[in-house]
Amino acid sequence: MPHLFFADDDYAVIEAACERLIPGATDAGVADYIDGLLGAFSTEPPRIWAGGPFSGRHGGDAGFASFIPLTRMDELAWRTRIEGSGGIPEREFNGPVVGLQERYCEGIAALRGDFTTRDPDEQDARLHSHPDFTALLYEHACEGMYGAPEYGGNRSSSGWRAIDFEGDVQPLGYTDAEVSRP
Amino acid sequence: MGSGPGGSAAADVLTAAGWSVVIFEKGRNHLLDLADPSRLKGDYSNDEIKFTVRHFLGPDPFLEPRTFRRNQSDGDHAFVGDVNNVPSTVGGGGVHADGKLPRFREDDFHMHSEHGPIDAAALADWPLTYDDLEPFYAEAERLVGVAGDAGANPFAAPRSGPYPMPPGAPMYGATLSAGAAQRLGYHPYPAPTGANSVPYGGRPACNNCGFCAFYGCPIHAKGDPLAPLQRALLTGRAELRPETFVSKINVNNGMATGVDYVDTHGATHTETARHVVLAAGAVETPRLLLLSGLEHPLIGRHLMFHFQTLAMAGLRERVHPHRGRSVTHVHDDHLVPDERSQRAAHDAGLPWFRGGMVEHCGASAPIQEAKLYPWGNAHARSMRESPLRERMWGFTMQGEDLPQWTNRVDLDPTVRDVRGFPVARITYDSHRFELAASAHYGERLTEILHGMDAEWTVTTTSPDASFPYGDFISPIPQSKHVMGTARMGADPSTSVVDPYGRLHDVPNIVVADSSVFVTSSGYGPTLTLVALALRAARALAGGETPPAIE
Ligand SMILES: Cc1cc2nc3c(=O)[nH]c(=O)nc-3n(C[C@H](O)[C@H](O)[C@H](O)COP(=O)(O)OP(=O)(O)OC[C@H]3O[C@@H](n4cnc5c(N)ncnc54)[C@H](O)[C@@H]3O)c2cc1C
Ligand code: SF4
Repeated sequence: MPHLFFADDDYAVIEAACERLIPGATDAGVADYIDGLLGAFSTEPPRIWAGGPFSGRHGGDAGFASFIPLTRMDELAWRTRIEGSGGIPEREFNGPVVGLQERYCEGIAALRGDFTTRDPDEQDARLHSHPDFTALLYEHACEGMYGAPEYGGNRSSSGWRAIDFEGDVQPLGYTDAEVSRP
Repeated sequence: MGSGPGGSAAADVLTAAGWSVVIFEKGRNHLLDLADPSRLKGDYSNDEIKFTVRHFLGPDPFLEPRTFRRNQSDGDHAFVGDVNNVPSTVGGGGVHADGKLPRFREDDFHMHSEHGPIDAAALADWPLTYDDLEPFYAEAERLVGVAGDAGANPFAAPRSGPYPMPPGAPMYGATLSAGAAQRLGYHPYPAPTGANSVPYGGRPACNNCGFCAFYGCPIHAKGDPLAPLQRALLTGRAELRPETFVSKINVNNGMATGVDYVDTHGATHTETARHVVLAAGAVETPRLLLLSGLEHPLIGRHLMFHFQTLAMAGLRERVHPHRGRSVTHVHDDHLVPDERSQRAAHDAGLPWFRGGMVEHCGASAPIQEAKLYPWGNAHARSMRESPLRERMWGFTMQGEDLPQWTNRVDLDPTVRDVRGFPVARITYDSHRFELAASAHYGERLTEILHGMDAEWTVTTTSPDASFPYGDFISPIPQSKHVMGTARMGADPSTSVVDPYGRLHDVPNIVVADSSVFVTSSGYGPTLTLVALALRAARALAGGETPPAIE
């Protein structure tokens, strides 16, 4: 699948880094989750909020698959968060904002292009030496691993299956017995 | 202003009395079809990313930040961003609250005369009693749809009737903690909850999906403000305008004439009105009063949150906290001072203290859990063994927070919202009362946890000034129970609104949210604020005679 934001090499660095943060992240498509966030505005509606009320995994229609359109204000917030303010006055009402895309480009540069070929200890050392970027990447890796699959990660619910979590259960829900018994 | 529990209850009463009402709501509408309010929207979902990571229900802290400082020595502000945000959306905080909806007790309305003053706190009695409010409590429970067991709580105030619905299924973890609490002589009971245990009000029974607190209900089984809003709109006399921000209440010769508002395209308009009902929540209500140039010295002061004491235990067995409504059991024992608490209060140099309602609860969200563990090889094992979700259970006590003159909402001198208006600044620090009570009751809660065969226990509080800003626990209170910023009273020199919520200075402005609370009790504020909103709106519509407007 073509990436929405990352160049192939950068995608590979992110994928390898996420695998160090959360073993199994590659199979779960965690890098796709991050690519989907950074490239959210390359689709219409943007891939910010999955639809509802049901995913179809436990009955009902697959509503999660249709993303919810953004208002002008929503778009302003999410474009600024992702792209940064870039000197655009409308985005700088409380000062300049560094966007996620820029933070990722800098983070990938800091991990360096040969990251994918380094041994795990060296990869971990590089991650440790850039704690701010690694903290950001880990946040997103957790979301990509255990969030709804419609956002690109948690492929085939593999993240949920690994922890025996049923995920979204509507409209089935749980019976009273499933709630009250061990 | 505001379509949350307070505003929608007021709109329901006023439209039923034949009034024309315009409901301004700055958030988006994900609740019902405005063209046909009998049809519900399908935007809510069991989606942790959408609701807890990406601000789906608003407010977006980039567009509408707030600021925080503990006191003046922090400068203009110490933090900018999400400060105790409650949803900004049609239905307000009612949409994603998990809705424990207890009534206050009788003594909550006169703590000052019952227990006496406390240094550096502005403790006062309410200008009304539990008996005055009881009929409105009963009406609020029917309106929202509350499930509960009237005889189960020995500390409860008298009621004129049963709950509209029986309680729903107890969570497994709650059966363990309730048993342990009972063995120590406490009195846990099924939480009165705004989630249908049986079909009610045309909405289905809750099916225990577990994505409850912080989420909209995908099947509309929650007692969010749907029922009153729907009813108001279906009269044809109410118009709901989402994505409209009220920027000013216009006042002329001591009477409000209407409001200025900014529409979704950024254009400013004026709407005239004979009365203005303000239910924007206890932070945005004083902000709007200040933006409107109103000058009563108490506007924004006496801000209260509940002081949360969290006591958690690691258990050997899995308790699946992700099944069921977020909280099914509570106990009230720590709201009633006893000999032991009196001794601890005296040791802390206080004449008395008390805690709050204790929620029996766990953690249900895997993304939130994952972020708590360190990254690396151990991550997968931590998530599988799940010591901080599947095998953790405990308590959150919503401790009473005393009103203090210095704790307040005012306008930040520099930070603006996306529309260019000064944002709310919160100045807040805890009183010795909350800290001492939390230390005492934290130990009591830990004793209960030991009776659950705990492998480990931990207690923490929110706020905790020793943590950095931006962390989950920080100097900013986590509690979404916000109160007190336009306090109610008979005397205009010591209160902002009269006993019917009307501004002393501008009597055709009625405040219909928890801003009017005089004290915070230790119970969630929502049922009480809805009861007060019903009472205030009824008085406005002539149903219960208020004193004449001068
Ligand atoms: C996760 C969570 C759990 C909770 N659990 C409980 C609980 O168990 N028990 C309990 O009692 N309470 C609970 N609460 C608190 C509860 O949500 C609030 O007490 C309640 O929503 C307050 O109602 P309100 O109508 O006063 O204000 P809100 O619900 O805050 O509604 C105010 C509305 O006004 C709108 N508004 C604000 N300013 C303007 C403006 N200038 N122009 C136009 N519109 C404006 C806002 O967008 C908002 O929609 C919880 C809250 C959360 C977030
Ligand atoms: S637990 Fe019940 S009330 Fe809460 S969101 Fe799920 S179905 Fe709705």
